[in-house]
Amino acid sequence: MKNIQLTFKFFAVLFTILLVSCTDDLDQSDPDSESLLSSEEVYSNPDTYIKLMAKLYGGLATTGQEGPAGNPDITGIDEGESQYIRGLYVLQELTTDEAVIAWNDKTIKDFHNQTWTSGDAFINATFNRLDFQVKNCNEFLRQTTEELLDSRGISGDLRTQIGSYRAEARFLRALSYYHFMDLFGSVGLVNEDSPTDFFLPEQATRQQLFDFVETELLAIVNELPEVGALEYPRADRGAAWMLLAKVYMNAEVYTGTARYSDAFTYVDQIVNSSYTLHDSYEELFFADNDKNGAQNEFIFSVAFDGVYTQTYGGTTFLTHAPVGGNMNPDNYGVNGGWAGIRTTSALVNKFELGVDQRDQFYTDGQSLEIQDISSFTDGYTISKWRNIDVNGEPGSDQTGEFVDIDFPMFRLADAYLMYAEIFLRGGGGTQADALGYVNAVRQRAYNGTTAGNIPSGELNLDFILDERARELHWECHRRTDLIRFGKFTGGSYVWPWKGNVPNGAPTPSFRNIFPIPANSIAGNPNLNQNSGY
Amino acid sequence: MKTLFKGTLFLLLLLPTTTFAQQVLTGTVIDATTQQPIPGANVLVQDTSNGTTTDFDGNYTLNNVADDAVLVFSYLGFKTQTISYSGQNALDVSLEEDAAELDAVVVVGYGTVKKEDATGSVSVITPKEFNKGAVVAADQLIQGKVSGIQVINGGGSPGEGAQIRIRSGSSLNANNDPLYVIDGVPADSGGIEGGRNPLSTINQNDIESINILKDASATAIYGVRASNGVVIITTKRGKAGDMKVSYNSSYSVATIANKTENLSTSQFRDFVNANGNAAQIALLGDQDTNWQDLVYRDAFGTDQNVSLSGGKDFFTYRVSTGFSSYNGILKRDKFERTTLSAALTFKLLDDHLKIDINNNTSIIKSNYSNRDAIGASITFDPTQPVYVDGNNYGGYFRWTQNNGSLDPNSNTNPLALIEQTDNMGRAFRSIGNVQFEYKMHFLPELKAVLNLGYDNLSGRSYGGTDAEYNSPNNDGTQIATTYNNVENKENKVMDAYFNYNKYVESIKTQFDVTAGYNYQDFRYPTSFFTDNGNGVFTEVNNETRLNLQSFFGRINLTHNDKYLLTASLRRDGTSRFTENNRWGNFPAAALGWKINKEDFLNESDVVSELKLRLSWGITGQQAVGDIYPSLPLYQTGTNTSSYQFGDQFVQTIRPQPYNSNLVWEETETFNVGLDFGFFNSRVTGTIDAYDRTTSDLIVFTNNPQGVGFSNADDYNIGTLENKGLELSADVYPVRNQNWRWRVGGNITFQESKITKLTLIEDPNYNGIDTGGFTGGTGNTIQNHQEGFAPSSFYVFEQAYNAAGNPIDGVYVDRNGDGIVNSDDKYRYKKPASDVYYGFNTDLSYKNWFFNMSWRGSWGNYNYNNVDSSLGFENALLTFDTYISNGVTNVLDTNFENAQYLSDYYIQDAAYLKLDNATIGYTFDDVFSDLSSLTLTATGQNLLIISDYKGIDPETYGIDYNLYPRPRTFLLGLNVNF
Repeated sequence: MKNIQLTFKFFAVLFTILLVSCTDDLDQSDPDSESLLSSEEVYSNPDTYIKLMAKLYGGLATTGQEGPAGNPDITGIDEGESQYIRGLYVLQELTTDEAVIAWNDKTIKDFHNQTWTSGDAFINATFNRLDFQVKNCNEFLRQTTEELLDSRGISGDLRTQIGSYRAEARFLRALSYYHFMDLFGSVGLVNEDSPTDFFLPEQATRQQLFDFVETELLAIVNELPEVGALEYPRADRGAAWMLLAKVYMNAEVYTGTARYSDAFTYVDQIVNSSYTLHDSYEELFFADNDKNGAQNEFIFSVAFDGVYTQTYGGTTFLTHAPVGGNMNPDNYGVNGGWAGIRTTSALVNKFELGVDQRDQFYTDGQSLEIQDISSFTDGYTISKWRNIDVNGEPGSDQTGEFVDIDFPMFRLADAYLMYAEIFLRGGGGTQADALGYVNAVRQRAYNGTTAGNIPSGELNLDFILDERARELHWECHRRTDLIRFGKFTGGSYVWPWKGNVPNGAPTPSFRNIFPIPANSIAGNPNLNQNSGY
Repeated sequence: MKTLFKGTLFLLLLLPTTTFAQQVLTGTVIDATTQQPIPGANVLVQDTSNGTTTDFDGNYTLNNVADDAVLVFSYLGFKTQTISYSGQNALDVSLEEDAAELDAVVVVGYGTVKKEDATGSVSVITPKEFNKGAVVAADQLIQGKVSGIQVINGGGSPGEGAQIRIRSGSSLNANNDPLYVIDGVPADSGGIEGGRNPLSTINQNDIESINILKDASATAIYGVRASNGVVIITTKRGKAGDMKVSYNSSYSVATIANKTENLSTSQFRDFVNANGNAAQIALLGDQDTNWQDLVYRDAFGTDQNVSLSGGKDFFTYRVSTGFSSYNGILKRDKFERTTLSAALTFKLLDDHLKIDINNNTSIIKSNYSNRDAIGASITFDPTQPVYVDGNNYGGYFRWTQNNGSLDPNSNTNPLALIEQTDNMGRAFRSIGNVQFEYKMHFLPELKAVLNLGYDNLSGRSYGGTDAEYNSPNNDGTQIATTYNNVENKENKVMDAYFNYNKYVESIKTQFDVTAGYNYQDFRYPTSFFTDNGNGVFTEVNNETRLNLQSFFGRINLTHNDKYLLTASLRRDGTSRFTENNRWGNFPAAALGWKINKEDFLNESDVVSELKLRLSWGITGQQAVGDIYPSLPLYQTGTNTSSYQFGDQFVQTIRPQPYNSNLVWEETETFNVGLDFGFFNSRVTGTIDAYDRTTSDLIVFTNNPQGVGFSNADDYNIGTLENKGLELSADVYPVRNQNWRWRVGGNITFQESKITKLTLIEDPNYNGIDTGGFTGGTGNTIQNHQEGFAPSSFYVFEQAYNAAGNPIDGVYVDRNGDGIVNSDDKYRYKKPASDVYYGFNTDLSYKNWFFNMSWRGSWGNYNYNNVDSSLGFENALLTFDTYISNGVTNVLDTNFENAQYLSDYYIQDAAYLKLDNATIGYTFDDVFSDLSSLTLTATGQNLLIISDYKGIDPETYGIDYNLYPRPRTFLLGLNVNF
């Protein structure tokens, strides 16, 4: 018996030693990996802060950690379709007179038909992309407080730099909340003080979102460096002015209270700043628009690169998707067309065709009117986005798949037209300046001549809405503009295939905002669906 | 030995001493153990056809028995007795039960139990029941042979992977594959870069048995990875004795059985002329090219395997080597495998120490060919030639744009795909272990077992395209592309346990107690080169690692050889979860009652076995796709996802989504089973009914807006229920000296339903879309939703005209709101079978044998993605720059636009297949005593009976360009000496 006891003791001791050393292996919180880092590895290293910042911007351009696709930021959708600008295009352009699409991707045709539902995967993806941006910005702000930077020994120039980064992060968060407010009305509001563990955020009203965006922008506007003080394309003070102007411009839609005079304050700062209209309209959308002079017109843009910033959304989508029919892809600096997007006759008919330089319709083999939305040759397409430089050379990706064109989210011509609109709506400014800015935009469109200039008698709101379509079509402003003018839903303005009818039909006004995705409602009982859905 | 000796003595005592010539002999054959007569036993004069069988009372009469005759008494399940006749006129014989048969064991994890004492639902399959034919992996051996396990292989390429489901899947987003345990080493799930079916790394000729553990009481001892059942593969071992050599050789030829029905050249020409525009009509060529004929071929294959085994009392060995080379029917497709297997057993210290050493090593070389050619051979314009003179693309006809570059939207010449691209793989796997089993000298009932195992895989897939395959770059040059992907897996396992086994006479109870510890470590090292944005390449080294550990205990009690109790408890830890949620407890219990041992049945002539089994248990699941689902980590970006700051491109870092609250998914299983045998085991079978509920189901679902770092994360949120009934039986209608006919069958009824999927009840929630298919971008055809089977098809209801033809783009407004939008989609059918079954039969007459296996499924539906993506006008006539062929279904529907989500394409895929049939002959004693030579001829995939409209109804639910399963004929040779 003694033997047995001894043996048991021996094994028991052996076993214990073995286990204590082994069970430590269950803690894998610091993987032995150079691409998957622990928070300690990230925040103790001064070189990583710029990379975290690059992701906050990159979330507007790329879709995951492996360009063009792989390790996605957002799941449940094709990666290209989860791209920020592509999502905006679907919601802001396909729903309007400016665009139709031939493809059979899920519910893509519901947008022009204005028959989307709360289960829509595109709406869900865009909602999630905005949310991704907000959450990433919150995390950056959470991890760069004075106390944490102190505890991690971050000091010197980097510390100063992080001050600007934090203001930029708050700008980017405000930008996405602006898009939330514009597209969805009322959503959950979280900031860097929100819990990091699982919880169910409360839904903020559209007014509360408005207040948040306004307060944030006012708080950071002077923390952001002066216009032009930052390297391209980071957001400086001008970007915050423009976003404030946009928020105030549409305040009546968002809150019921017009704020045009506040909008004027910031538009006025922009038009009196160092931005200049580029002399060529078409070069604004060229591969080298970050350095061909167009960048001087850009107030805030999202940068793409054919080699280093690859995505199937963004300007790669905008360039490939309208190429088809008998178009030669060489002319657009790409390897082929995707034969998807065109426009309706409602947009075409706003142009003085052949004279206005902004008429970039491709008509050969295309019909003006659309019989079958699925047929690419029904409807004119638009050759606006071109992956060639001012010398006609294609972009940097030798295969012609990914493009270099940057996407101007805000540019000076938009601010000029806003100035005129604010004046017409009684928000401030002078008629002379308003007319001058509108005609500046038109002079460029008319090849630098005054042939397209309008007299003051023609300067009215209807003209402005049409001029905005001529100048800014396919730049993701159209739905917001139509809503501000009361023409997006309802019957006051119909265009081909609005309401899924060839000549257009009225649609119900609840469609002025998109539904909260059913997925989000299911995930958070605090969210109430927008009425009508 | 002792009882055998006694029995022989008993026989000897019965031998009378008188001698007569050509006597009439009578006698009775009884069971030595029960002393009961055996009806139907065979009595034969050796080397003659003179024989008879015993009657119901075990009596026989045999005429014309010569003096020096040798009498053979045999009966299935008993040892055959050979007695030299010496002229007596009565000879009673008692047959001993065949110990091998009686002691048939099932492997249950950390030990074995006698089959008759098993309390769990376990099926054992041995080589004689394996499917025959050109087979390279274990899953193909058991397809259709066992109730409760469904094997659907991925297609007709040699070594193709398979989807294996034991009792449906218990998970939604977590892994649904069973755990494979190969000679005591829980194998890595999943394959390796450049490999094929992970199970093809074990040579099928080396497999001794496959045990399938289905219910929780059987699987719970494997806890952590056993929610989806366990497949235990045991390889062959040597037996003490002279060296035995076994040689297997086979040669096969495979031919395509079924091709997709696409438009013939003249139909295509008519279609384009009728529907195309002028530009498209102008594209028509003047050739008649059958692309499907061009990409497929008759494919030859061979499998060679030699094994040597033998040993002494203290040492046995078996070594084998195998070489297989199979061509696929798609041109260039090839599978080449070399395997080496060794099993050594040492028995030392008076048999107190047993050391088992196993190693299975394989190298698989693959040429995958280019699977895109399967689809391209259906769609490529049949009016075009294969080759044209003097183009930039190696002479292959290709569709070009008006600038001369390739049209990126068009399909590619199928032969260019095969011949101008290389897709190779090379995979190495070595799996092995050393097990020490020490019976204590002072207490032989107590064993200590230490098992050290490893499973290493390394693989590489590589290839690329010829320069002339590609479009010219912007500068006009054509550039060849290459790729090379490397993957390694280094896994270790250690088990240490004690086993105490003792029969206590005073309480007539056998105790079998096991307690131990298990450690598993999985490392996945990778490295790749990345460009830092300035043209400088740096190497990035990564290693992801998963660690699992467990403590386990099990007690088996057998009382009076009638009442069985098994109880087990396992405590598992995983590195996937945070420290507070890491450990889970997984208990199981089972009761067995051997009713046939009760007095009222003990004497029965009818019932030879009757055992009732009841079991309950909980198993855990943690195998979500992510290795670190609950840890806050940061992911660096590649150089192609950088962002521009001024004149530099900055690589990014992103916080990874995680859920630190993640806990074990738990599956609770109830099982009731009955094992039966009647008429001296001429009829045997098993019935099992199960009910499984998975709770805390890990669902990859939406984060609340504002929470987490991505839009979705793993949550323990849902509940899934699986129910089923399984029956299997074997019947021997004829069983005598010359003829032996067995008919076996199994059938499984199953039902799965999601019973919870969201945090809150929300009637507007549409569930989780799944099932991506070909057509459009990001479209899905399936959906998980509460109240429905997982992966139900989620479709529009097609509207039909008065003539019964589907109307292009018109769907039923199911919710009646006046508009047809995605709110009108509904859930219609599912890919899972309601019922699946197999039946097989063996017939032997003397040395001839014949067998065949049938298999079927009912209640399963497919999404016919071939028809939905290639059966509408715009698929054929999309652009003005190229035209492509479609399926004949386009002539039925006349659809102009894609109607991907129409329920028209959800088609009944019930089937019955004759999987294989074999005929063979065995020559005995060809070289020497105990040697044999067997010749076989086998046909595989001989017949498919189905209403399904595609080429093969057996898919994972979405039928798109399945690699056609060939019809294969095989000649085999087996030599043993």
